[in-house]
Amino acid sequence: MIEFIIHSLIITGGLGLVFGLGLALFSQKFKVEEDPRLELIQNLLPGANCGACGYPGCRQLAEAILRGELVPEKCTVGGNKVVAEIGNLLGIEVSQVKPGIACIICQGDEARASRRAEYYGINTCNAASQISGGFKQCFYGCLGLADCVKVCPFDALRMSLDNLPLVDESKCTACGLCVKACPRKIIDIFPRDNPVIISCVSPQKGPEVRKACQVGCIKCGICVKNCPQGAIHLEPSLGNLAVIDYTLCNNCGVCVEKCPTKCIVNYTTVHVHAG
Amino acid sequence: MDLLNLFIAALLVNNIVLMRFLALCSYVGMTTEPGPALGMGWAVTFVMVLAGVVTWFLNVFILQPLELTFLSTLIFILVIASLVQLVEIYLRKSIPSLYHVMGIYLPLITTNCAILALTFINQREGYTLIESIVNSVGVAWGYTLAMLLLANLRLRIKHSNVPKFLEGYPIVFIVTAILSVAFMGFVGMAK
Repeated sequence: MIEFIIHSLIITGGLGLVFGLGLALFSQKFKVEEDPRLELIQNLLPGANCGACGYPGCRQLAEAILRGELVPEKCTVGGNKVVAEIGNLLGIEVSQVKPGIACIICQGDEARASRRAEYYGINTCNAASQISGGFKQCFYGCLGLADCVKVCPFDALRMSLDNLPLVDESKCTACGLCVKACPRKIIDIFPRDNPVIISCVSPQKGPEVRKACQVGCIKCGICVKNCPQGAIHLEPSLGNLAVIDYTLCNNCGVCVEKCPTKCIVNYTTVHVHAG
Repeated sequence: MDLLNLFIAALLVNNIVLMRFLALCSYVGMTTEPGPALGMGWAVTFVMVLAGVVTWFLNVFILQPLELTFLSTLIFILVIASLVQLVEIYLRKSIPSLYHVMGIYLPLITTNCAILALTFINQREGYTLIESIVNSVGVAWGYTLAMLLLANLRLRIKHSNVPKFLEGYPIVFIVTAILSVAFMGFVGMAK
């Protein structure tokens, strides 16, 4: 009997000791040399692991910053203070973080964009967009089934009466979840101080766009000719879609006035304001 | 032929998830998308085979001669936990790319009941070393198979009109139950 107890003690204790020592030795021998700055950067980051930067968590972002793949400005949640501190730590130049906001790059709601077919399927944009390019005449525009609204954790999106998502300026944190949720890829994060946006992504030719939607870009080039800054050009790789160069744009609003289909909008007039 | 029989039995007939109802935690938790499900499957395969081999040696050369098999729960857990830690440290240093694929799942496996169950099955059935390895691979691949099946089904579920009261985990468990019924069809294929 006593033998049993002694054997048990020796075996469990011995194995525990062996494994413990083995692990300790092993971890010493195979120690991964880590840059001490990694820990410091990680401590500076907000630690919310929100994923807005595109990495699963703050540690992965810290690694990417340290490798020089990403600029600290990628962390929009931390804001200027965090970015400046990381810049100090690494001795690199950082710019000011521009607060962003989600914008829907389409104005084709029920009233203005025509339908090709009636849709009685599953009530999500994702499902509808998979059935022969969606039920709208336009293959690129908003389907209005509110996938973005459902996914928004901040309650910053709602549907207008004509089935177009509206962004609440005071609630949007530019987390980018709606950008990922939209099967049409027509939501993007724009800097808040550049509210003038060409809100159409259709690469189709002018007459086709006109047939499908009253507020599509018809590639007429009037905005290009009228822009006092020369900030707009027609992009051949996007089927001559008008594109604004935000390094030149000063939000004068001339293009918003001149656009014949009113597909260039100043988003401060479209976003929902607090209240 | 016996080995093939053993393998099929472990893979399908006694599928660790769908017929023995073990490892349901990671089965439900890691199957929202096929990618992570497959990663988890590989990590489990890796750890199961290692644990199967090491516990076999411990069982045959230490526990059985000293008649200490009643300690096996304690010792097997110790072995599996240390082994997983060891493998994690090693991978992190030597094969970082593999560590990034598998590494995040390894700590999840440390206390996975399927692995402990596998070592017990090996012990109870008195398998030889070769049989233990074959059984480990069979069980692990059975687990991966179940994971992939459910992960792909859940992609479909995302696009279907699930009644409000069944959304989320309830529908997953119902689907699992139906899958399990389907797997009952394999009974009798192998022993």
